[in-house]
Amino acid sequence: MSLIRLEPRGQASQAMVYATPLLAVLLTLLSGFVLFLLLGFDPMKALHAFFVDPVSSKRGIGELIVKATPLTLCAIGLAIGFRANVWNIGAEGQLTMGAIVGGGLALAFYGEGGWWLLPLMVIGGAAGGMAWAAIPAYLRLRFNASEILTSLMLTYVALLMLNYLVHGPYRDPDGFAFPESRLFEADAVMPILWAGTRVHLGAALALFAVAAGWVLIARTFIGFQIKVIGLTPAAAGYAGFDQKRVVWLVLLLSGGLAGVAGMGEVAGPIGQITPNVSPGYGFTAIIVAFLGRLHPVGILLAALLMALSFIGGEAAQIAMGLPKAITGVFQGMLLFFLLASDVLIRYRVRFGARRAVA
Amino acid sequence: MDSSLPTDPPPPRLELRGITKRFPGCLANDHVDLVLQPGEIHALLGENGAGKSTLVKMIYGVLHPDSGTILWQGRETRVPDPAGARQLGVGMVFQHFSLFDTLTVTENIALGLEKPGPMDALAAKIRSVSERYGLALDPERHVFHLSVGERQRVEIVRCLLQDPKLLIMDEPTSVLTPQEATKLFETLRRLAAEGCTILYISHKLEEIRALCSRATVLRGGRVVGACDPRLETARGLAELMIGSELSSPERPPQGAAGAARLSVRHLSTTSDNPFATNLKDVSFEVRAGEILGIAGVAGNGQAELMAALSGEVLVADPASVVIEGARAGHLGPRARRALGLAFVPEERLGRGTVPELSLSDNALLSGYASETLVTGGMVRFGRARAYAETIIKGFNVVTHGHRAEARSLSGGNLQKFIIGREVLQRPKLLIVGQPTWGVDAGAAAAIHQALIGLARSGAAVLVISQDLDELFVLSDRISVLFHGRLSDSRPTHETSVERIGLLMGGLFATPPDEDGEIARAL
Repeated sequence: MSLIRLEPRGQASQAMVYATPLLAVLLTLLSGFVLFLLLGFDPMKALHAFFVDPVSSKRGIGELIVKATPLTLCAIGLAIGFRANVWNIGAEGQLTMGAIVGGGLALAFYGEGGWWLLPLMVIGGAAGGMAWAAIPAYLRLRFNASEILTSLMLTYVALLMLNYLVHGPYRDPDGFAFPESRLFEADAVMPILWAGTRVHLGAALALFAVAAGWVLIARTFIGFQIKVIGLTPAAAGYAGFDQKRVVWLVLLLSGGLAGVAGMGEVAGPIGQITPNVSPGYGFTAIIVAFLGRLHPVGILLAALLMALSFIGGEAAQIAMGLPKAITGVFQGMLLFFLLASDVLIRYRVRFGARRAVA
Repeated sequence: MDSSLPTDPPPPRLELRGITKRFPGCLANDHVDLVLQPGEIHALLGENGAGKSTLVKMIYGVLHPDSGTILWQGRETRVPDPAGARQLGVGMVFQHFSLFDTLTVTENIALGLEKPGPMDALAAKIRSVSERYGLALDPERHVFHLSVGERQRVEIVRCLLQDPKLLIMDEPTSVLTPQEATKLFETLRRLAAEGCTILYISHKLEEIRALCSRATVLRGGRVVGACDPRLETARGLAELMIGSELSSPERPPQGAAGAARLSVRHLSTTSDNPFATNLKDVSFEVRAGEILGIAGVAGNGQAELMAALSGEVLVADPASVVIEGARAGHLGPRARRALGLAFVPEERLGRGTVPELSLSDNALLSGYASETLVTGGMVRFGRARAYAETIIKGFNVVTHGHRAEARSLSGGNLQKFIIGREVLQRPKLLIVGQPTWGVDAGAAAAIHQALIGLARSGAAVLVISQDLDELFVLSDRISVLFHGRLSDSRPTHETSVERIGLLMGGLFATPPDEDGEIARAL
């Protein structure tokens, strides 16, 4: 007889829905402490360098927001899809396509831009992401192909296409054959929202996506349909909800948001098209979506936390000589602990042996 | 069978003393005593939520009592888990099945046995047992192809294979024809005569009176009475169970039947699923003001008929389903609702409602259009809540409010909620599958009354059920579905349970003398 048991709760615990992400963060910090100790670093100093130093300056906070912007945009779209049981794993590819199309427009109209160029690039970025997400949608509805596989595989196609373009058609003619595009002109660059930092218009778009995502999920009938399809497809069929339409909608929506995120990267902090548009924002956004409980506000907070792990990892590399893998380790631990502690929503822990029957 | 000295009466097969089980927020069993003698068929009676399931789950080792003693053949025993219970000789047929969809019947049964032996031999054994007890079953079929009724047969056969000393049966006959039930009773009586104890849970009081020699009545987790059901009336048993007088549904005489609200003409279906029962040339109509009952054993095309009528599966010929004069075979559920159709599916949780969502969200699930709960794409949550409250009040749904998750409701209360949700939309045509399956007597009476009331107010009602007693209470006319074919309908007062039972068993072609109706059916 075990000393620790899990006992089902009568009803899902709302308190635990909010408490488990915090618990996961706490466990991650604790494990990080032990990890640093075992690696022979001063754990307090390392954690400080990882989580506190990066955000103790205006510039640091600005960087946090810059990194959280694409994460939020991608994760909002993914979360809406996940709620409908549509598992788009390819946000990274859709983000890349957004950068290719949105950034391509900046290059196409190089030297002849105007006020209209940036809005056009936003639309183009969204369209690129949508087109890339439309492929898994069609394959799923026509051939019943798993969107998990198709969207993931298309990610690598998009990355290779980006690579080809920056080595070929997009390459800066005056760039000494470096695989980079020209620097975008002022008309094609996201305006800075907070002077002295790199926080750009994309952050406002991300906040708008949070608000719009919340309205969609919580207030609209289509959001209700998404929820029902995700929880109980048979009940959605009974109610007469069009499941094909919802699959199209959520994939196009998440692809579009990821595309805007990618366009925001090349027209924002990067300012040109390079082979490395994203350090894996599209994949990290999956963690962000779950860490944020598929809830838009939760996603915003989770995106900030994951952004911190990106810049904290960089800072810790510089300050303490920690390995680069540390960022991935922390992100992985966070998701692991979150999924593990999710069990507490439906179960409670009981200590001690079962009371004797007789 | 136990041999014992004449001076020393054998110990009871099972004795429960002061069994108490508490769940968060409710006392499910409160000092329950129960004695089961070898070879007796003992009824356990009680409304949904009275604590019957909790009690038998403790006997079967699924749950463990907080306090109290279990004595098995006179010895104090702890039942650690179902495997331990099976080792003692306890078998149980659950009301909710514990089968793996993707495995075959044989594989599922093998999983429940301690020593399944070679699969071929087991399959042969399953065939012989299922034939012996009239529980037709193909051991090679996958469970996901099986209907509710067939799944229950798997559960029954699984138990019978284990030669149990105590067999617990939770509502076993709800999916059998009367003749099959009679056959099962013979089996159970034979098992009892061989010394096996049977603990029989059912809401069918007539059945209990015919089968059981003792009954223990639970109400609110306590034993409130014990009796010999053969000496009681069904009404008396029901009142003991619910603790108050039972109102039987009033049936005002049917007026002249009105216009056809649903006409089904030569409806045939073909399915990709090789195990589905295709409908073959089904024709019938339901008129305003009447209730048509369709009887039949599960797996004879009920699921296919329900899907074709609700619009969840579209049919090739739009004219084969006509709702309110409009050809509807090509329309989906939403468009059919707009024509005045309301629909209560057989599966309450997972089709009729979303288990994880609140009652007000579940009110929105089917009421969105007719109750104008959505405007401009936005949900009007205030109206949805008000609608849920109206259902809860109007149909006496026992729950702690519109926020309760659908799965937190008992079967009877959830069904009252679903029936209420559909009836309150004032449909012109209501189609109901298994309206009171596993529902207690009080809730069943309320549901029956609501359906009769709806029909008398001018709607057409189609009830597809395997419960003949229910169909005889509700229907103005009855048809039988067998192997995808539908018999002609008969006015209820001109037919009998026996005759319908024969049709349900497929005796369309070999009519008893002078019964032209059955002959015409094929």
